[in-house]
Amino acid sequence: MSESVVVEKEVDSPGPNIFRTGVRHLPRWAPWAVGAASALASLGIFRGSAGTSNIVGMTSVALLIYVAAMMILSRNYEGRRNSTDRLATTLIGGSFLLAVVPLLSLLYTVLVSGFDVMSLSFLNHTTEGMTLEGAIPGAGHAIVGTLEVTFSTALIAIPLGIFTAIYLVEYNGGWLAKVITFLVDIMTGIPSIVAGLFAAAMLPVLLGNPGYRSGFMGAVALVVLMTPLVVRNTEEMLRLVSNELREAAYALGVTKSRTIVKVVLRTALPGIVSGCVIATARIIGESAPLLITAGSTDYYNFSLFNDRVMTLPVFVYNQYVAGNFPLAWGGALVLVLLVLILNLIAKLIAHWFAPKGQ
Amino acid sequence: MDSPEKTEGVLEQKKQAPGDTKGPRKAVRGRGDAAFAGVAKGAGIIIIVLLGAVTFFLVSQSYPAFIASNETIQSEVGFTRGMSFWQFAGAALFGTVLSALIALCVATPFAIGIALFISHYAPRRFAGALGYVIDLLAAIPSVVFGLWGMHTLEPVIRPIFAWISDVLTPVMEWWVTSVPGMGYMADHFEWWPLTPDLVHFVPPARNILMGGLVLAIMILPIITSLCREVFLQTPKLQEEAALGLGATRWEMIRMTVLPIGRSGIVSAAMLGLGRALGETMALLMVLSAGLSVNFSLMSPGQHSTIASQIALNWPEAQAGLERQFLIGLGLLLFILTFVVNFAARRVMARYSEFSGANA
Repeated sequence: MSESVVVEKEVDSPGPNIFRTGVRHLPRWAPWAVGAASALASLGIFRGSAGTSNIVGMTSVALLIYVAAMMILSRNYEGRRNSTDRLATTLIGGSFLLAVVPLLSLLYTVLVSGFDVMSLSFLNHTTEGMTLEGAIPGAGHAIVGTLEVTFSTALIAIPLGIFTAIYLVEYNGGWLAKVITFLVDIMTGIPSIVAGLFAAAMLPVLLGNPGYRSGFMGAVALVVLMTPLVVRNTEEMLRLVSNELREAAYALGVTKSRTIVKVVLRTALPGIVSGCVIATARIIGESAPLLITAGSTDYYNFSLFNDRVMTLPVFVYNQYVAGNFPLAWGGALVLVLLVLILNLIAKLIAHWFAPKGQ
Repeated sequence: MDSPEKTEGVLEQKKQAPGDTKGPRKAVRGRGDAAFAGVAKGAGIIIIVLLGAVTFFLVSQSYPAFIASNETIQSEVGFTRGMSFWQFAGAALFGTVLSALIALCVATPFAIGIALFISHYAPRRFAGALGYVIDLLAAIPSVVFGLWGMHTLEPVIRPIFAWISDVLTPVMEWWVTSVPGMGYMADHFEWWPLTPDLVHFVPPARNILMGGLVLAIMILPIITSLCREVFLQTPKLQEEAALGLGATRWEMIRMTVLPIGRSGIVSAAMLGLGRALGETMALLMVLSAGLSVNFSLMSPGQHSTIASQIALNWPEAQAGLERQFLIGLGLLLFILTFVVNFAARRVMARYSEFSGANA
């Protein structure tokens, strides 16, 4: 549209000009130029001083200058509405970048600090007698413990969760299904420490041994936390399976259970498996419930039902409290790697085994 | 179509001898079928039993702490340092709610911004990947967050706190001396928030504001992903109508996306609050614990949370009243998070009838 048309419109309508077509805009390079200028200005203000916190201060001052300068420029050149739009874009984009900063900083710190202590001896030694001369401390017992507890949790929670979801989606459960849905909602919100307290309160009473602590106790606590994750995800995946598939199977005379196993579950399998892997990754990093159930030791414990078991999150916490930061970082690195690898596996499963075709 | 078949089946069944399972209906409903249905139903019932057990054992293992006299608590529970159950629980509850609210106030605006960025600003091709990056934040174990918070964030945040303290302390001192009544309130009530202590920074930065910040980073992903889902549900027609009428992108968001997503944002924030209330490790590692009810946001050793008190005291607690005391605290936390989560779902359910339905 040409300039004259817009002018005509403005003459026509007494109200504000809502036709933006002819409005002039700042050139594309303007934000970059203003950004560079404000960075330079901020550098000038902070010249001569160095340090991490000054980088933070410098960045914030640069941002403030940038926002203010863009506001003034844009308001005078493009009008109020466009300058507000630019401000909103800056803030929204900025909030995303600001959220990525902690993630990158965390991953970087864990990688760098953990890498220093990472070695084979770290992975297969324990903290037993680590204060003695010549002892090589490691997190082997914690890795074994984490695998034990997580594996047994998954062994209970995954079947329980999947069958519950099947009941909720595939069977017309009536009031019972409503109650279960409500309870799963509650379970999703249970604080992890309360799940730990539950296991720590229940098992000693049932076994009649007030001092009882074991990896199994930790697994009971984690089951409470993991089951709702599995139920929610599986439910979602089952609901994605189109009803035509079920009806087609019924029409062929296939029984309901065979339909569920061979048709519905088969179709939803990649989503269900990847959800279970993600739930496992979520559970593997739980520290609080394990702190009060599985406890901590300095040696390997391969027994799930007897005696305390060390787990990686508790290992990290204990080493942090004791001030052995290198060991804490080493444990954190192993933990983060486990979580990231599990997430990656989940992504790949969902990607590779997804049902083909539309 | 269904009814003739049914009657036929019923008729045939009547003809057959009882126990003969070879009728046409039975053939489609094999014995394995009933077993499978039973297993599925059994799993559902296990969920009910499990939650029943959680409630039962939390209540039955904690009620002695609720009914014990103050003297018994003081003599048998070492870590209360002379406080009664409700004094202890109240102070811990105060710290829990305060830190969660700080986290919520910091995280919600950011979460809305990030969600908008992913849903309406980022190029469609990258949107999924960017969402995944934010979800990765949720995957990081909380103990690693605590470690990072003390190692990396604390040195960065310390001078910032010092600066805030330097700037705002004179303002608060002026406020207390100049505004009538404020000085009296500040001198006579420990809980009164508007005192110079509110902004007075005492290093190290192991205070509740710092804990709230770490907590905010941890609840950011859950609020973001819920908000993103809500924002994506905005009717495309309304968005296009707004743009077609000449609205800028921000005006379009303000006029369509935010009003429609309002209940979703509230509900997401409340679910985030529920998560923040129950979070243990970050505050356990960042806060230097104390049990005061005050608003010294930037002083160490003032506050603590229920979850971190449990984690802190459980390993040394004796079986008996000490453990029952801590389980009682856990029961309070359970009730609190339940109420918050329940309210969040109610908000979502109440408004979802309106949102977008009549668009």
